[in-house]
Amino acid sequence: MLKRNFASITAVVALLIIWQLLCTTGLIPSYMLPSPIEVIQAFVSELPLLLENSVITLQEAFIGLFLGVSVGFIAAVLMDTFDILYKAFYPLLIITQTIPSVAIAPLLVLWFGYEMMPKIILIVISTFFPVTVGLLDGFKSADKDAIGLLRSMGANRTQIFRYIKFPTALPQLFSGLRIAAAYSVVGAVISEWLGGFGGLGVYMTRVKKAFAFDKMFAVIFLISAISLALMALVGFAEKKCMPYRNTDIKGEK
Amino acid sequence: MNKLEVKNVSKSFDNNHVLNDISIELNKGELVCLLGVSGGGKTTLFNIISGLLTPDNGQVLLDGKDITNQPGHISYMLQKDLLLPYRTIEDNAALPLLLKGEKKKEARKQVSPLFEQFGLEGTQRKYPAQLSGGMRQRAALLRTYMFSKDVALLDEPFSALDTLTKSSMHKWYLNVMEQIQLSTLFITHDIDEAILISDRIYLLSGSPGEIKEEIIINEPKPRRGDFNLTPEFLEYKRRILTLLK
Repeated sequence: MLKRNFASITAVVALLIIWQLLCTTGLIPSYMLPSPIEVIQAFVSELPLLLENSVITLQEAFIGLFLGVSVGFIAAVLMDTFDILYKAFYPLLIITQTIPSVAIAPLLVLWFGYEMMPKIILIVISTFFPVTVGLLDGFKSADKDAIGLLRSMGANRTQIFRYIKFPTALPQLFSGLRIAAAYSVVGAVISEWLGGFGGLGVYMTRVKKAFAFDKMFAVIFLISAISLALMALVGFAEKKCMPYRNTDIKGEK
Repeated sequence: MNKLEVKNVSKSFDNNHVLNDISIELNKGELVCLLGVSGGGKTTLFNIISGLLTPDNGQVLLDGKDITNQPGHISYMLQKDLLLPYRTIEDNAALPLLLKGEKKKEARKQVSPLFEQFGLEGTQRKYPAQLSGGMRQRAALLRTYMFSKDVALLDEPFSALDTLTKSSMHKWYLNVMEQIQLSTLFITHDIDEAILISDRIYLLSGSPGEIKEEIIINEPKPRRGDFNLTPEFLEYKRRILTLLK
């Protein structure tokens, strides 16, 4: 692990050292850029508040992600089963992704208030797409001959889905899930930022108004850490669900 | 009674007459080859027999029962093994049973005693990518066998294998076939292969595909190891080559 990531770890450490040097030598004034050590200090002193707000953000992210993935899954299955639905809705699907979420979020706040609802809707909108598109591609890549063989063995549609289409689409599903997981946290933060009572996004607007850059950096790092952790979780599930990918060509597991 | 019978089957796609009045028979325990040039409608005939395609005319009978246009009676095996890469060999072989509604545990229990007979011992928990081409074809045949225990439909199953593997697969197949009492309809474009393993050969001529000749190979089984070097063998080959011209 250490050996494999040696280059990237070195790069990060080097960047941190340069950053720290820039700050301690006074090349960049500390009110503009806090040093890494100041960021860590801010993180520690703000920890209770950060945790409290993380819980809210994570709640939104998880509910939104769960609903988004479910909607994405159902949409993909329906669009794969009924070609007319595919033709009708695929262009619309693409259009939903061209609208920037910062533009929809205030509208959602106007319509659904400052509570959790608008946040979850925004997350659903941004997370279902990678799942749907990934699954659709996956379903389409299923081996036609293998489907023919199963049909000749008397398999029905559900069985063909279960034994061929779904497992074939698993890798694409997980690629989509990984993107969706990252979007869910970002989506939650953006919608909190644009209107809400709690969460890391609200925390960010507060420390921004106070010009507390050290706290700002602390929360930024926390958000990326949470996204990374979620993506790692998806990666773990991926390994568990696709054991055949971990095997060597000839050897054992 | 014939195990499998194809009666006067014809098929056209648009204006393309692919099969014309094809009649073939397969008796119990027999290995019959359908030998013909590529593009001669062999695969179309296979799809008709397996019930995936509807013939314009004619019937397919299994044990005297009409199974025309009914998938789910006869399973086939192709040059491509079509093993599902995400299932272990054991679970691939058990798939036909699962499709029939068998529980996973019960299906595995039925499959596992056959691994030895098929020369697949020790591969139960492996994935297809971990096996050689020959072993994968064995696994594919085991799956075919789990689906229908008496008739196998093979479409050029060994043509992607190298010569040595191919010839050992022939021996293996004839041996397994005898043990499990399998009747086989075997499609190939390889004349040597057809003479080597068949009891009878149907010669299929191209466009439209018609049965040109039925050739009986009068050579006792198991065949001599050097059968393909004998004058008899060459005589069969000469006759087939002349007929296919």
